[in-house]
Amino acid sequence: MPTAKEIRASGAAPLVEMKNISIAFGGIKAVDDVSVDLYPGEVVGLLGHNGAGKSTLIKVLSGAYQKDEGEIFINGQQVEITNPRDARANNIETIYQTLALADNLDADSNLFLGRELVTPLGLVDDAAMEAECRNIMGRLNPNFQKFNEPVSALSGGQRQSVAIARAVYFNARILIMDEPTAALGPHETQMVADLIQQLKAQGIGIFLIDHDVHSVMELCDRASVMKNGQLVGTVDIADVTDDDLLSMIILGKNPTEGAEG
Amino acid sequence: MTDSSAQPVPEKDEGNLLQKLELDTRLLGMIGALIILCIGFNFFTDGRFLTPRNFFNLTIQTVSVAIMACGMVFVIVNRHIDLSVGALLATTSAVMAMLQVEILPGILGLGHPMIWVIAVIAGLLVGTLIGAFQGWMVGYLTIPAFIVTLGGFLVWRNVAWYLTSGQTKGPLDQTFLMFGGTNGTLGTTWSWIFAALAIVGALYALWNGRRAKASHGFPVKPIWAEVTLSAIIVAAIVGFIATLNAYTIPIRRLERMFQERGETMPEGLVVGYGLPISVLILILVAVAMAIVAKRTRFGRYIYATGGNPDAAELSGINTRWLTVKIFALMGFLCALSAVIASARLSNHGNDIGTLDELRVIAAAVIGGTALAGGFGTIYGAIIGALIMQSLQSGMAMVGVDAPFQNIVVGTVLVLAVYIDIVYRKSVGAK
Repeated sequence: MPTAKEIRASGAAPLVEMKNISIAFGGIKAVDDVSVDLYPGEVVGLLGHNGAGKSTLIKVLSGAYQKDEGEIFINGQQVEITNPRDARANNIETIYQTLALADNLDADSNLFLGRELVTPLGLVDDAAMEAECRNIMGRLNPNFQKFNEPVSALSGGQRQSVAIARAVYFNARILIMDEPTAALGPHETQMVADLIQQLKAQGIGIFLIDHDVHSVMELCDRASVMKNGQLVGTVDIADVTDDDLLSMIILGKNPTEGAEG
Repeated sequence: MTDSSAQPVPEKDEGNLLQKLELDTRLLGMIGALIILCIGFNFFTDGRFLTPRNFFNLTIQTVSVAIMACGMVFVIVNRHIDLSVGALLATTSAVMAMLQVEILPGILGLGHPMIWVIAVIAGLLVGTLIGAFQGWMVGYLTIPAFIVTLGGFLVWRNVAWYLTSGQTKGPLDQTFLMFGGTNGTLGTTWSWIFAALAIVGALYALWNGRRAKASHGFPVKPIWAEVTLSAIIVAAIVGFIATLNAYTIPIRRLERMFQERGETMPEGLVVGYGLPISVLILILVAVAMAIVAKRTRFGRYIYATGGNPDAAELSGINTRWLTVKIFALMGFLCALSAVIASARLSNHGNDIGTLDELRVIAAAVIGGTALAGGFGTIYGAIIGALIMQSLQSGMAMVGVDAPFQNIVVGTVLVLAVYIDIVYRKSVGAK
């Protein structure tokens, strides 16, 4: 299987291309003419300060926000994403920073929320959903046992695995992870890192939003840095150092441009 | 289905008797409170409270509020409130009364068999549409439900007044009156047939649930626990129907019924009322709503949205449309309650449904529905309505002064919510 870099070099259409995206809230441009792309089997990090616009940009792709301007292409085809259902229809799955779990429901209800398994009579089939939930949890988090309790009773890591399971279960091709390790301990962070490698190997494209430069250096193939709603630049991780990324985030300077100029 | 990587299913924990039966402790608590209440009143009324006659009256008095409380559970679980249910009941009742008394007899002729059918359909339609309209304002115009329904409370109460010019409209259609309770019961034979069907249905649901769990290899209750539970269900249904059947139609009334049919009453005839049609409707509504809550996507989305509206939205649930549907259902149930309430009173009065919004909300809340959203059960709301009605009629029978009756009901409401908060803390739920 060709690597993401080879696919990119061959000139094939990217898995996702967001072109000249702009979105404004009350006159303030949260995202200003930003273009990013993502190839199969690739992890692209989105970096930037709080309020740089990375979460907003990605919510345009996941259907939570609607763009004011710009175009989105999936496999070279232009698509309109106006709500989360459209995103799901395009095999885009999102793990939100807030996890977006209904705390009063149990793990399998959350896993299948919006896509419940039903019996031939059209009734929700809880037993079948719990069985599927046990299946996927066996792979993701073998310690997970609380299947019949509301997720409010779970630990941070357990809640995270429910959110991840929901994104992974439905054969995502494009995965958006918004600070997936923010609330996790070292063991669970490693679990997420392993999972990202696994998904990459399956040819899934991943947008990874993160504050932490080190984890981006470790997990990503490329990184797009944003500042004040604008794209500072997109770099190959292999070509840059931690300090390069930091100066992009803090100063808004693109090191490759600097070298060329 | 079974995968070697699947999570192992743990052995069932050892627990006490109640845990093995997997009964809801909250449900038991509420039933316990109701039983204590009944026994207490029975003591103070020298045994007049726990008679088939009073039991019969209690059930038919509870129906109207209980039906609306079922809808209110969904509204409150979804983090909204509906203050307009009493007024909506009045408007739909006025529409149905005007059709039966003023409009349809002129078109179809007095006593036409279609009058009640058209009136009921029109009433249900009007209720559903008004509910949907209020839901649209809450969901799409994002006006808080408290404001929309507070406005609706004034609007619909006075629309009802305007429609009838404030007059009492009656008498309502003879067939329509059968929905009221005393005038429409199944009789003893059909009541037993209903009991048999109910037992078959309940046991089927119980054992089918067990089979579904077992087919995936999940732990199930021990057989003796299932059998015990089945026995309790059978006993409850049989006891319920037997009590209603034991209330016999008074001799004078029976004589009159025979006279109307131009027959003479056989000497020494005893006829039980049996299950009132209104109570039958409540049972059907409750079962349907419980299935909707637990086993349909619609119900699942209501609870999910109540638990976390943002998460529901991000999961692709159209929460605005969901709000419209919930309020439309509430409006439909208000109209259904209007049928039963006006039929029970045998005419439409201007003050019908007054203060019902508070009784309905109180019933849902006493039944464990959390105003913060996300939690609430249909059976809880019905038991809540029963507790409210028992309190009210019990105190009336004991001879408590009217102002004290309301003081007690108000106090009980606050106390019930406090006990619920303490209970939730003690079991560690949020």
